[in-house]
Amino acid sequence: MVEKQPQSSKPQSAKTVTADPFAPPDRLAVALVVNGVARRVDVAPWTSLLDALRDHLGLTGTKKGCDHGQCGACTVLVDGRRINSCLTLAVMQDGAEVTTIEGLANDGALHPLQQAFIEHDAFQCGYCSPGQICSAAGLIAEGRARSADEIRELMSGNICRCGAYPNIVAAIQQVIGQS
Amino acid sequence: MNAHVGTPASRVDGPAKVTGQAKYAGEFAAEGLAHGFVVEATITKGRIRRIDTVPALKVKGVLDVLTHERRPAMADDDQAWKDDVAPEQGSPFRPLYDDAVRFSGQPVALVLAEDWETARYAATLIDIEYQQEAFSTDLEKQRAHAFVVEKAEQPRGDAAKALASASVRHEGEYFVPTEHHNPMELFASTASWDGNGRLTVYDKTQGVQNVRNYLCGAFRKKHDELRVISPYVGGAFGSGLRPQYQVVLAVAGALALKRSVRVVLTRQQMYGLGHRPASIERISLGARADGTLDAVAHEAIAVTSQFEAFSRNDTGWADLLYKSPAAKSVHRLARLDVSTPSDMRAPGAATGVYALESAMDELAVALKLDPVELRLRCYSDRDQSSNLPYTSKRLRECYSQAADAFGWNRRNGEPRSMRDGSDLVGWGMASGVWEALQMPAAIRIVLSANGHAEISCAASDIGTGTYTIVAQVAADALGLPLENLSVRLGDSSLPQAPVEGGSWMAATTAHAVVHTAREIRGELLKLAKAVANSPLKNADVDDVLLVDGKITSQRDASQSVSIANAMRHGKVDRIEKEEIHHFADDKSHARNTHSAVFAEVKVDEQLGVIRVTRVVSAIAAGRILNTKTGHSQIMGGVVWGIGMALHEETVFDHRFGRIMNANIAEYHVPVNADIHDIKVIFVDEPDELVNPLGIKGLGEIGIVGVAAAIANAVYHATGKRVRDLPITLDKVMAR
Amino acid sequence: MINFQYVRASTVAEAVNLKAANPAAKFIAGGTNLIDLMKEHVERPSQLIDISRLPLRRIEQTADGGVRIGAMVPNTDLAYHPLIEAHYPILSSAVMAGASQQLRNMASVGGNLMQRTRCAYFYDTATPCNKREPYSGCSAIGGQTRGHAILGASESCIATYPSDMSVALAALDARVLVTGPSGERTIPVSDFHRLPGDQPHLDNNLGPAEIITAVELPPRGFATHYSYLKIRDRLSYAFALVSVAAALEMDGDTVKEARLALGGVAHKPWRDIRAEAVLHGNVANEASFRTAADVVLREARPHTHNAFKVELARRAIVRTLTQAARGTPQSQSNKKIA
Repeated sequence: MVEKQPQSSKPQSAKTVTADPFAPPDRLAVALVVNGVARRVDVAPWTSLLDALRDHLGLTGTKKGCDHGQCGACTVLVDGRRINSCLTLAVMQDGAEVTTIEGLANDGALHPLQQAFIEHDAFQCGYCSPGQICSAAGLIAEGRARSADEIRELMSGNICRCGAYPNIVAAIQQVIGQS
Repeated sequence: MNAHVGTPASRVDGPAKVTGQAKYAGEFAAEGLAHGFVVEATITKGRIRRIDTVPALKVKGVLDVLTHERRPAMADDDQAWKDDVAPEQGSPFRPLYDDAVRFSGQPVALVLAEDWETARYAATLIDIEYQQEAFSTDLEKQRAHAFVVEKAEQPRGDAAKALASASVRHEGEYFVPTEHHNPMELFASTASWDGNGRLTVYDKTQGVQNVRNYLCGAFRKKHDELRVISPYVGGAFGSGLRPQYQVVLAVAGALALKRSVRVVLTRQQMYGLGHRPASIERISLGARADGTLDAVAHEAIAVTSQFEAFSRNDTGWADLLYKSPAAKSVHRLARLDVSTPSDMRAPGAATGVYALESAMDELAVALKLDPVELRLRCYSDRDQSSNLPYTSKRLRECYSQAADAFGWNRRNGEPRSMRDGSDLVGWGMASGVWEALQMPAAIRIVLSANGHAEISCAASDIGTGTYTIVAQVAADALGLPLENLSVRLGDSSLPQAPVEGGSWMAATTAHAVVHTAREIRGELLKLAKAVANSPLKNADVDDVLLVDGKITSQRDASQSVSIANAMRHGKVDRIEKEEIHHFADDKSHARNTHSAVFAEVKVDEQLGVIRVTRVVSAIAAGRILNTKTGHSQIMGGVVWGIGMALHEETVFDHRFGRIMNANIAEYHVPVNADIHDIKVIFVDEPDELVNPLGIKGLGEIGIVGVAAAIANAVYHATGKRVRDLPITLDKVMAR
Repeated sequence: MINFQYVRASTVAEAVNLKAANPAAKFIAGGTNLIDLMKEHVERPSQLIDISRLPLRRIEQTADGGVRIGAMVPNTDLAYHPLIEAHYPILSSAVMAGASQQLRNMASVGGNLMQRTRCAYFYDTATPCNKREPYSGCSAIGGQTRGHAILGASESCIATYPSDMSVALAALDARVLVTGPSGERTIPVSDFHRLPGDQPHLDNNLGPAEIITAVELPPRGFATHYSYLKIRDRLSYAFALVSVAAALEMDGDTVKEARLALGGVAHKPWRDIRAEAVLHGNVANEASFRTAADVVLREARPHTHNAFKVELARRAIVRTLTQAARGTPQSQSNKKIA
């Protein structure tokens, strides 16, 4: 486990906290490396990483399905690990490397998971798919899932209301088998 | 020519969906976009006495707060608010119309701000004083006050007498709780201000033209002033059939601000939309010792709101499945202080057939008959209500193929007789039935001389695969490869389409494509005839096919003219045709899809934990246009059935009239770990009567019967008959 | 979510000072629970002190042969750490039974201890709740109580504490290391969380400006005879109706040492040393397990919708002890209950 080093941006110094209820919080500069590209966003502290991606960086591939960590549609990889981007603040991720669904394909060639999801029809409406695919990429990187039971358990944080689960498991198994 | 139809083609919209490029309603950019956040009522019934928006308006970045006291003009007659899917009786809900609160979670204000987080924050500063009134959200308490809804089906024979004298009788009352659709996508609308009161509205909906017509009615606009677009829909399952309130609020916000506005509901707020109504289903079956039925009676009591009378056919399904000389059904509605219920996947059938097929299982137990055998003994070749034959009904084949695949003949019929270590094993089955519906629709085809064709229609693809099957049907009809086709859907300015529902979209669009393609073919033939020494000089439009880029004689494939040549010769670089297709109005047959569902459950005897380890679903639904996407639809329906059987329930606290699990952590839908082997079988069912292409539709049939098959399997495993869904572990724990 | 100020602490001392200066501030680490509650308007801190980058991410052996786990260690890293998997597998298993992998990747060990209840009335600001608004009343009593407590509840609150990790920590006799304005102290996990009494707004005994820095595990990890069994309304990604952590040290068929803790049944991880005492020196069989379970549940007080939890807990205790004694712990991915 590599410890995250304190970032170059200086921690805010403590001020007396008397928030003006009628003035929204000041925006803070946040540096992110998104899909390999250094980006800067100016966001208020109350902006989630999910909303920063969707509303500030125009990366709407990452989906909002519940905004409370209950569905997994917002799953992205932060420093290589899958997380729910709705439950972290963008300011907390200053300096992080973020991979979204838009960053998985390589020079226009689909990621093997994207290809396998199409082949196995591992979705219908497609709204959970970016989260499922990022989650599956995280799962494969973790290297803990081998059997179908393990894939099912470790993919249970991604709800698919269309009910494509068996096809999702088949697609992931195919990619694990290839690697 | 069926080079594409019937194949397992991958979804044509797949690449857009797996790369995040597919855009959903809340993702369209608009110049100067403002964001709306909804404030909901915290009481269940009463009046807004005072609403203080001043503190919210003081927040920097807040642009306005809309309330019933401050909003753009809206129509004040019910007719204007009635969309295509609205119940006939009642007064549709009008958001921010007046001071009345009709259900908990009703929108009472819309905060408009420069950004979403500011709007959300300012919403917390709005102070509302209510005058509360007495309310009820409890079906059990109101069932005695339920009123009867008129239904088409007539009583047959004297069911009461036949039941009284039946040699074996089963009566049971079954309960299905309120359920919510919970599509993954949040309900969202982006109203893009195009100037001069004109709007382009990106909406999460199953019917863009329905939404356009509704908004034009509500805001007194002309059709050319308002366009509704919805290219991708992140699931809907019926929740997007009627326009939902966020689209009204987005438009109201845009009209108030004269700029673009987006409104996205929270997951919690979506529990204030439509839902599958809770229902009590009472079934009485009278049978002879040989397993034939004397009478079927079905009484349903379902929930509706105080202001609209929503009902679907919970009753009547037995008439389509089983022979019985006498039948009687009654459908009642109980008014509660909730939002109006709505269609939810196989509305009426999912609930009514659950009860019927649970009751049939109980009857099989009483008769000491195998459940499949009982259904074969009552098997009906005619719709008992109309006394009409079916266009096709391969339900027998469904039973036999599913039973074989499942290994049903190894079943020991005795409850609690099959074990796997600490688990009791149960095998149960049920029948399913739905309607094969079809609607008028129009398709436009633009064929270019370069061999590319664009097919367009206002229809929505909510994940059901419409893009793909339209492309497949068009590829075959036009003789072009799939990659030469582009399909445009979900835009109200495109040719007419019905709302996407009822499983009618496949038959509807496929026939419309073929119909318009025939016009294209006719035009091409005209051009081909003009080519020097044309081999098609004497051919008629129905004598030729379009194959591999050529206009070819059906009789002699060597006689052909290339499309490119014909168009070049005629100096035509594009051919555009738009035709509306109407189905023949044939009432001589009953039109239905059928299924047999077999389920295996394993139940921990001591702890009651239930796992659905295997499901086999055999479907007879005419021609399957795409076996891959069709398989997914049925599999998804089975997953829904598992959720309905074991997990799903909207829990009210009747003291508050509030939903206490208005989130997707505590409203349980199946997760990946809940779903194991699901086998889907499409029974070969040629049907030349239902429509020319023999298509019946797949969206609903997959869920019907699944909950009953699981409930019956749970009985077989445990000896416990659970008649109220969901079947949670406390209901089956051994004593 | 209300307007708040964001500051990032780079040292524990700085974090403590910031918190001491502002009683309305909250520490944020993984954020998985706090941000959820802020969006629901249940938590309304005027300031968030980001402690996620404090250097508290190590898992290391202690001089006494135990293990110290930094408070900022993500749940997944805890579950997958070789020391934990080898010596404290019950802790790995319990962690993996909770939430989803995404949430476990975010959630910290300290934050897991600080989790608030999932009681629907606590979440619904339109209803009274003593935990959210002291002395406003308890709506759960007389309401929907399927998920509520059967042990140790009060007239003021019947909420449960939802953590899985903490149930295993309680069974393992873990200690919570905290730092506050007056220095460091150690709190046994069993004393960390409170029973609701008449002050259910207090979840635990952490001082207002104290911060969790680590959790320490004693050397004994019960790595041979243990099991964590979680019973819930769907097979994954749901909170426990009842969960049981059972850890035994066996001498042949005889129980030399027993640890038994329950989740989903009380306002805290429910460790019962009286029940453990019943097992000590006895033969590990269904009869002794049942006696122990009866001891745990003799003061159980169910509510309208959770009476089944008493019997469910009794049977789950027996089953989990059986699994532990046999050395066949419950798998968290194969859902058949062994």
